[in-house]
Amino acid sequence: MTGPPVSNDPVARARMMLQAGQWAAARFRAYDHGSVRNIVAGVARAGHEHATALAKATVEETGYGVAEDKATKNRIASLGIAEHYDGDDFVTPRVDAQHRIVEVPKPAGVIFALIPSTNPVSTLYFKVILALMTRNAVVVSPHPGARQVCMDACALLRDAALQAGAPRGTIQIVDEPSIPLIEALMGDPHTNVILATGGTGVVRAAYQSGTPAIGVGPGNAPVMVDRTADAAAAAKDLVDSKAFDNSLLCSAESVLIADAEIAKRLTAELTRAGAHICAPEETERLRSYLFPDGHLNLEAVGQSAATVARSAGIRTSTRTRLLVTPLALVIPEEPLASEKMCPVLGLNIQPDPGAAIRAARAVLRVAGAGHSAAIHSNDPDVVIAFSEALDVLRVVVNAPNSTGVAGFDTNVAPTMTVGTGFTGRSSLGENLEPRHLVNWSRVAYNKNEAIAFPDFEALRPWERIFKPQGIPHVEETTDASQELREQIRQLVLEELRDLVGSR
Amino acid sequence: MRMVDMGNHHFPALARTALANALLATCHEGMSKVVYGASGGEANDIAIKSARYASKRKKIVSIFRAYHGNTGLSLGATDERFSERFLSGRPDEFVHVRFNDIAAMEEALASREVAAVIMETIPATYGFPMPLPGYLAEVKRLCEEYGSIYIADEVQTGLMRTGEMWAIYGYGVEPDILVTAKGISGGLYPLSAVVLNERCGQWLDEDGWGHISTGAGSELGCVVGLKVLEITQRPAVRAMVQAASAHFAEGLGAIASSQPDWLIGLRQNGLVMGLEFNHPEGAKLVSRALYDNGVWAIFATFDTRVLQFKPGLLLSPDDCDDLLDRVAVSVAEAGERVS
Repeated sequence: MTGPPVSNDPVARARMMLQAGQWAAARFRAYDHGSVRNIVAGVARAGHEHATALAKATVEETGYGVAEDKATKNRIASLGIAEHYDGDDFVTPRVDAQHRIVEVPKPAGVIFALIPSTNPVSTLYFKVILALMTRNAVVVSPHPGARQVCMDACALLRDAALQAGAPRGTIQIVDEPSIPLIEALMGDPHTNVILATGGTGVVRAAYQSGTPAIGVGPGNAPVMVDRTADAAAAAKDLVDSKAFDNSLLCSAESVLIADAEIAKRLTAELTRAGAHICAPEETERLRSYLFPDGHLNLEAVGQSAATVARSAGIRTSTRTRLLVTPLALVIPEEPLASEKMCPVLGLNIQPDPGAAIRAARAVLRVAGAGHSAAIHSNDPDVVIAFSEALDVLRVVVNAPNSTGVAGFDTNVAPTMTVGTGFTGRSSLGENLEPRHLVNWSRVAYNKNEAIAFPDFEALRPWERIFKPQGIPHVEETTDASQELREQIRQLVLEELRDLVGSR
Repeated sequence: MRMVDMGNHHFPALARTALANALLATCHEGMSKVVYGASGGEANDIAIKSARYASKRKKIVSIFRAYHGNTGLSLGATDERFSERFLSGRPDEFVHVRFNDIAAMEEALASREVAAVIMETIPATYGFPMPLPGYLAEVKRLCEEYGSIYIADEVQTGLMRTGEMWAIYGYGVEPDILVTAKGISGGLYPLSAVVLNERCGQWLDEDGWGHISTGAGSELGCVVGLKVLEITQRPAVRAMVQAASAHFAEGLGAIASSQPDWLIGLRQNGLVMGLEFNHPEGAKLVSRALYDNGVWAIFATFDTRVLQFKPGLLLSPDDCDDLLDRVAVSVAEAGERVS
């Protein structure tokens, strides 16, 4: 006999993780708001402290992106998210005396969280923290290309959660991810909901598993600049947005549609802001380098504009941060009209705003339905016409799309997971938020006022009554809470200043 | 495959019978026989032969610049462009009159020597000029008055392309003979068919082998034809054709209004469309530009100002928008080449 006497089956081990997750979730759902808040704060703090180190490790392991930008995303996806939802309570029952209804939260249970290689640590932070806020257990499945950094990040968050009192087994990670394993876990009855971020294949597989799933569709954002726009500001936003983490966010602009009236000024401003407008033969070179056999060349993903230019055989200046390729027609057989995942932006010029809106629709026919689009305009009529005509669920106005969609530069919910809605074949039409991971039982009393509706407010705190024995309740003092809040606020302000200042 | 009959031979076949019944069900009362061919030209030959048989006359009237095929008799009804070179025209048997000219039609029929008028409901190779209101019905009335047969060539206009199964019914005309080909093959298997009324189909009772054609009405082709009829008759297809027609009317209208001196006319009945350009060979240039941009739409052979524009019946809204984008760009490119 040569092999071990028993097989070491990764699928069986992973299924056991889901079972352990069920136990953790069963205990976790008895936690009160204060305990949950402490756990979230502890985990967010730990994530924030290691944001930079893990960002560097991500770039080393995956070979793409910009460490500094990844650190920004990691910080926003940890303390930024914790701060954003600090006032929200997904734990305590709500009383609606007027309608004679009490709402009791029911966590999903075990979340199976798929993590892409493009934004691994920030997505992992985000999904884990959302799970904790809603008292769910989570089993993380990293993209094999970012396995080690995800293992490290997960261990960090797991330890912080344990230290703050979370049940053992609340945060787990699959250490040998593979397609058969992922398929097995997605269809496992111990998985309660799948958070699928990744390629179309994995998202479709999630929906076909029979398990409730929140999947996202791919982006391919058109960005329109009309004649009323501030050309200099638009150009700066575009270059910054495309250079941010080398366009690895799915919301990075894909094709720029310029109103002919502003096109000349805009391209001049783009050049000034660090863009290189390609000559026809340069565009051809990029086309054959980026899409050698019609499919995106993975070597180019997340590389800087300078690296992409060099590989494609294009001479650019050292300060080039974006390559712009003019396109005569936006059609499915034009590869440069699809998602490029590096700082390359298509450019299509249209005679008037109406034609530009039609061209923006054409970009979405190539890919990206339900995701996002950006517009730079000072004409509210054009903004609304654009928003009505385009099948996207986020329209970012006069801001970078990359960071605008994720809620960094706009006031939509900060997220690493962008729901693409019905048109993008997703069950979620918004940015993923904690509230999407919890159901509420409606405790509905008889409409008849003669039948008593008790004073539930007087029964608080609920957790004292319902808390099972043996689970440590970590008391939070008002002072500590205030201090933590202030600390978080300062850190987030600092981040935002950095982000804004670097633009 | 051992049980499948390949053509119009000496044995009865289930698929041929089923398709004949299905075709008759799409036509008006009084149509009673179906004869199969392998091509549109052959089908028009059969139609002309049947009309000559029924009327005991020989002359055939078609319109000036018509196209009905390249085989024997259909070639006579076609413009001389295709017969001259081969010394195969038959000017003494075939008369051509102008489309939409009732007086010319009456003059041609009044001699009572005409076996049949053969007409495409909307002449494709002449650039889809739309029949004037009442024109086709008046031609049919004249046929009845002077004892001629009316042959509706529905090769291009039939099969729900106008939102009617056969365009001719949309003009209130019940033809004596109806010809279908091209689309009925589903683009998969060569097939054409001629639907005859009792009088025109009488010869089949006299001589069932009167028109023999080996590959015509092969069972495989008939299965394809049955499926084509089944699909085109779905209520959803009619609804889609109507919606897509309206979408193209708007979209092409917008393109025309952006280039009013270049794209000067839109002819449309459902998904039968002609785009008229302000240059003797305008549609050739547009055809070329469209080809470069991934669209195949041929100019009208006998009026090269006009582009034949016949999108498929089963397009999605996205397909239509994509097509309109390509048309907008191609029309503009061709326009620049002219000026």
